[in-house]
Amino acid sequence: MKPAPKHQRLVLVILAVAALIGAALLAMWGLSDRAAYFRTPQDIAAGRAQVGEPIRLGGMVKQGSIVRQPDGVSIAFVVTDGPADVPVRYRGIVPDLFKEGGGVVAEGRLERGNTFVADTILAKHDERYMPPQMGNIQAERQTRKTVAQ
Amino acid sequence: MIAEAGLAALWLAAALALLQLGAAIAGPRVGDVRAVAVPTAVAQGVLTLFAFAMLIWLFVRTDLSVELVAANSHSMKPFIYRFSGAWGNHEGSMLLWVTVLAVAGAGLALVERRLPPETMRATLGAQAALALGFFGFLLIASNPFARLYPAPAEGQGLNPLLQDPGLAFHPPTLYLGYVGLSVAFSLAVGALITREVGPALARAMRPWVLGAWVLLTLGITAGSYWAYYELGWGGWWFWDPVENASLMPWLAATALLHSVNVLAARGGLRSWTIMLAVVAFSMSMVGTFLVRSGILTSVHSFAVDPERGSFILGLLVLYVGGALALFAARVGTVREGARFELVSREGALVANNLLLTVLLGVVFVGTLYPIFVEAATGDKISVGPPYFNAVSGPITLVLALLLFIGPLLNWRRDRRPNLRRIALPLVVTVLALAATFLADMSLLARLGLAFAAGLAVASLLPLAGRNLRRTPLATWGMVISHLGVAVALAGAASDTAFTRETLAAARPGEVLSVGPWSVRLAGVDPVAGPNWTAVEGHLVATRGGTTIRLDPQSRTFSDPPTETSEAAIRTLFDGQLYTVLGHREGERWQLRLWWKPFVTLIWLGGALIALGGALALVGRWWRGRRQRRSEEAFA
Amino acid sequence: MTRKLLLALPLLVFVLFVGAALWRLADPPSSTVASKLVGKPVPPFALKPALPTKPGFGAADLAGGQPRLVNLFASWCVPCIAEAPVLAELKARGVAIDGIAIRDTAPDITRFLSEQGDGYARIGADPNGQAQIALGASGVPESFIVDGRGIIRYHHIGAVMPQDVPEVMAEWEKVR
Repeated sequence: MKPAPKHQRLVLVILAVAALIGAALLAMWGLSDRAAYFRTPQDIAAGRAQVGEPIRLGGMVKQGSIVRQPDGVSIAFVVTDGPADVPVRYRGIVPDLFKEGGGVVAEGRLERGNTFVADTILAKHDERYMPPQMGNIQAERQTRKTVAQ
Repeated sequence: MIAEAGLAALWLAAALALLQLGAAIAGPRVGDVRAVAVPTAVAQGVLTLFAFAMLIWLFVRTDLSVELVAANSHSMKPFIYRFSGAWGNHEGSMLLWVTVLAVAGAGLALVERRLPPETMRATLGAQAALALGFFGFLLIASNPFARLYPAPAEGQGLNPLLQDPGLAFHPPTLYLGYVGLSVAFSLAVGALITREVGPALARAMRPWVLGAWVLLTLGITAGSYWAYYELGWGGWWFWDPVENASLMPWLAATALLHSVNVLAARGGLRSWTIMLAVVAFSMSMVGTFLVRSGILTSVHSFAVDPERGSFILGLLVLYVGGALALFAARVGTVREGARFELVSREGALVANNLLLTVLLGVVFVGTLYPIFVEAATGDKISVGPPYFNAVSGPITLVLALLLFIGPLLNWRRDRRPNLRRIALPLVVTVLALAATFLADMSLLARLGLAFAAGLAVASLLPLAGRNLRRTPLATWGMVISHLGVAVALAGAASDTAFTRETLAAARPGEVLSVGPWSVRLAGVDPVAGPNWTAVEGHLVATRGGTTIRLDPQSRTFSDPPTETSEAAIRTLFDGQLYTVLGHREGERWQLRLWWKPFVTLIWLGGALIALGGALALVGRWWRGRRQRRSEEAFA
Repeated sequence: MTRKLLLALPLLVFVLFVGAALWRLADPPSSTVASKLVGKPVPPFALKPALPTKPGFGAADLAGGQPRLVNLFASWCVPCIAEAPVLAELKARGVAIDGIAIRDTAPDITRFLSEQGDGYARIGADPNGQAQIALGASGVPESFIVDGRGIIRYHHIGAVMPQDVPEVMAEWEKVR
């Protein structure tokens, strides 16, 4: 099992190449069915999404569409981008910024009948370039009052 | 005045970096390079430290005439967050980065005396070139000391998620690690320029790699725990681009740590070690670029900053591109290292390195794949935990298996590897695997638990039959780090296999059950903190005769107005009870409860891994000092 | 030869990375949600005057035959300070600007306008951010160009900076 001295580097090089190819194959195998495509309701209406594949659905929560289920932790709502609507079901605690008329990204899968079942809900409401300062003491007082009530 | 003093110190430090670079290029023709480079490097370290102290002072005083302070701080903020606010933003964190870089450069110039003078000259030149570029970035595109006129009456506050004691000290730890790798990078570039790659270089590089690796390990462990308790999602690793940005340098540094030992002890793996040293710091810079430029945006942000992004990308091209080109051109002419057989300690370390590199490769590809796909097809995609877990899980298990045998092999060749010693851990693995069939769980979790049990035994075997008092500290370090891997693996597998979750809406007085616990919602009350208000749930959890109380909160911050949920977590000897309060639904409150057996082992393992590294660092330093003393005594 | 290629492999991977990064820097992703409103009528809202000296306005007032630039601002917003001189320049070049003051109070707005300049023809008060949500704006400042029929033609996120003026003016000329 002793390689001839001249072949030492060659063996290592071959090992490195094999590892690289292995990594590439592994990555390709993993990405082929695990990368989630970003879709809009229009994409889904146009049939650009398959049942069961992982999807990130982006759009707005349609006004008046949020329906809370009797168990207290499940909701149904409609994501819209104007021309098209997609009904969504979700079981879990929604983020605080999730509200009707607000932007939303839902991660999950499409079921038969084009209902979307979300595993994760992300509310899109970046305030990064507008952090309203807390010198806005009025807003703070209101918050306190609301909480105290 | 404070801001101007800080800015002046930065300009002066930049000028000194230029001087150091010039002296390194001009070389011995103009005199002793060390005589110029050492004082300039030390002065840069002192000046940047001064500038950083000035920025902290500005934040502590909440000087709103400075733009950065106005944009990120607030006078009503608790003291510690005014302090840590100094690096909780782009400019401040870049100043911290540059400060660490300059201080590391000063340390290298002061401490390193074993390298050939020519290699040292090239190394100091490379370090100066690195510093110069980042000084330029700071002064031209990210000035932290810019004034704002007129000064606003009040600052804008800091993202409430960042108002957390753990997070206040998390980025500095990671940055110390990232930038500590810059020294390994400079040494590799210096060695490529002079073609002097050998054990002396490895011994010079090792303490920096070890130190940086310990800090990265700590930083990643702390970051994981922060995400676990702060986000309230019950997970401990989300494969977020920001997390991956810290994981990739760690993987490269882990590989480098092992290969640099081969180079130091046996003189082998020369070009491979050089490449890893270049890649490790490159990954630090790529990670910083990805996070800072915003090109890998999550749904929470769309702030792409082309000017800053282009600047860092330019630096990346210059440094990483330059070093890799130098590597491609030069490394073929480096003398070949000592040979070894495949069944040997070196062989096992080569396998370890290849696996770690493959892991690094798949994480790198997964992290950047969305950009490539969008560039090629216009499709927007995201790559998340399903991909990363599927590809990294098996590789990690093979790595763990390799750890059974690797540390027991001899250097250079092992004709008859002592297979009897590995019998015990193998038996333990098989028994543990059999035991996992008592419960229902995924294959990956099953194998993880079994391998963790076997590895815990295998990691201790290098100590078997040795006089423990005379075992070098570095060996203890290795054993403890490898034990840490087993512990962390056990925690992760246990979390996957045994976690129980309950999600429900409960009226006050109602009882929910999760795993072995009964949890009663006793009530919900409003509470207030210094800059937030919250509703707090009162939970009473009982199991057998044990009763514990938990108070998860849903907090509303006023500056900026943001809501966060504060999970209430109780650690017991056999696991953690993790509770989150959601929204109000009529008379009911949403509750999310987890019982996570032995999940704390994940971070305990991370801490053990870091502890092992620290022991090895101290041991090597101690030994080196004793050797130098005895050499001096001889002379 | 293979060996040379192999040694250059890390460099090749890096070059690929730089290419992708350059592409992304040159073509930053836009906010998919915000841009959905372009080409649509202004959603209904009606705002009371924020100041006693200026009228407020609502969605109906934006369909008055003449294009308007609607600017969401606030006295507590630092980027708005940077934006103020640019808005003044736009006004000087003939752009009619209406403001929506987000979560703000009359005394603060008066102080802000006296310090930073006042280019607004009308200012509506949006004390709880309802118009902001209706318009699909996620922050302050943001600006919309609305044509004479009340259709949103352009949406700018963040402060309008001097380098954005040509683009904004071009959009303005299109709807005139």
